[in-house]
Amino acid sequence: MEIKKTSLYQLHQDCNAKFVEFAGYQMPIQYSEGIVEEHKFTRNHSGIFDVSHMGQLFIYGGEELIKDLEKIFPLDLKNLKLNHSKYSFLMDKDAGIQDDLIITKIDEGFLIILNAACKDNDFKILKELLKEKYKMVLDENRSLIAIQGPKSSQILNEVVDGVKDLNFMSGNWFLFDNQKVYITRSGYTGEDGFEISILNNFADKLTRELIDKGSKLVGLGARDTLRLEAGLCLYGHDLDKDKTPVEANLKWAISKERISKGDFIGSDIIIKQLNNGVTKIRVGIKPEGRIIAREKTKIFNQSDVHIGEITSGTFGPSVNGPVAMGYVENEFSKKNTKVFLEVRGKKYAANICSLPFYKKSYAKGVN
Amino acid sequence: MSEVKYSKEHEWIKLEGEVATIGITKHATEMLGDIVFAELPEKGSSVEKDGTAGVVESTKAASDVYTPVSGEVVDTNQEIVDDPSKINQDPENSAWFFKLKIKDKSEMDSLMNKDDYDKFAKEANT
Repeated sequence: MEIKKTSLYQLHQDCNAKFVEFAGYQMPIQYSEGIVEEHKFTRNHSGIFDVSHMGQLFIYGGEELIKDLEKIFPLDLKNLKLNHSKYSFLMDKDAGIQDDLIITKIDEGFLIILNAACKDNDFKILKELLKEKYKMVLDENRSLIAIQGPKSSQILNEVVDGVKDLNFMSGNWFLFDNQKVYITRSGYTGEDGFEISILNNFADKLTRELIDKGSKLVGLGARDTLRLEAGLCLYGHDLDKDKTPVEANLKWAISKERISKGDFIGSDIIIKQLNNGVTKIRVGIKPEGRIIAREKTKIFNQSDVHIGEITSGTFGPSVNGPVAMGYVENEFSKKNTKVFLEVRGKKYAANICSLPFYKKSYAKGVN
Repeated sequence: MSEVKYSKEHEWIKLEGEVATIGITKHATEMLGDIVFAELPEKGSSVEKDGTAGVVESTKAASDVYTPVSGEVVDTNQEIVDDPSKINQDPENSAWFFKLKIKDKSEMDSLMNKDDYDKFAKEANT
């Protein structure tokens, strides 16, 4: 299969991107300044991320669609206000996570942002579950551009008037170059920011204007260090079919109202786990010293018993030290529990810690 | 006069008398990106030509550092362990990795000179 390119490909080249293949797309891993600088620039100023490889699934429908989607997602969708977003997951009947996603209520139905590597499979699953009752478009004509960091609101507002008034996890249609763009105040870096859904033909122009106003392109490398510092999960690593939302410590994203009724896919297991607890759970892990424990690193307790595995680990440029998350047996999941990580045959001390590693600064109550 | 030689694993080595100073090349640091972790061999340990003698890690991945010649580790550069970003800043000078009392000077013969290495690195890059 041919490797796909996003509509910002030329711009990435102009900015000396180093490319990697990711989920069938040629994506920038970093630009000339490198991951650490790009990471810090996002935290201190404003970074632009091409996330056009992610799926933008529009599902059109009304009251009946809401009912049908509530059978799939553990969300109180009937009370989700127009232009408001929720984080959720597509589960299988055993509550295994098939993808994590952001769902937004729009005028004509819902917009769901899906992971690039999962989007085609998600589309197939949802189409079957919804029995082809609704028009569904996995829109390849739109790019998705994220702008993240404390200066992003001001910068984007100069290009698209009015966005600064959006609240976190809500969105709206705006105009750029007389084109309708859908913008949500959201992101995956732990910073205030926006995600812009825009027709492919206009993505390059918009991004160049944002760069002119002082933002900079940031690659997938820094996106990974930023999201990990923010304690956010990466599908295929921290989340997969062998993990449930309760095990992933994401029960905050499950609607309490829906649990009481328990009529969504995977609800039996979710309710059971909420009542009886889980055997393994996702935690933050802070190695002592500088040692980096990467994915698949084994975790041991003080008696040298294997109790879990790292699912993401790197060096956090803003924390200025190593950061990791992983799954451990429940009894070792308490904050400050001492554990040992096996790296290149040696065991290194680490501590279970609360997430995020880096404090979020989302925009709340702007209005 | 000391001569600097280079290995295919992108280490540089500078021999002064019996003691060789070893580090990684600028080209290597450019390929690795920002280095955020460095591990060095223990002082007093012996290392064998082409064997592992340390580790560097970028935010993305870990890479082994090899020694281009055999010998006994007589010194290591703690500064790059404390601040690995120094490796990106000055890889072929102050950010050396370790010093060896070398066993066999003839092991230097198979290594590349600067011109050959530059050519090799350029080709490896394409």
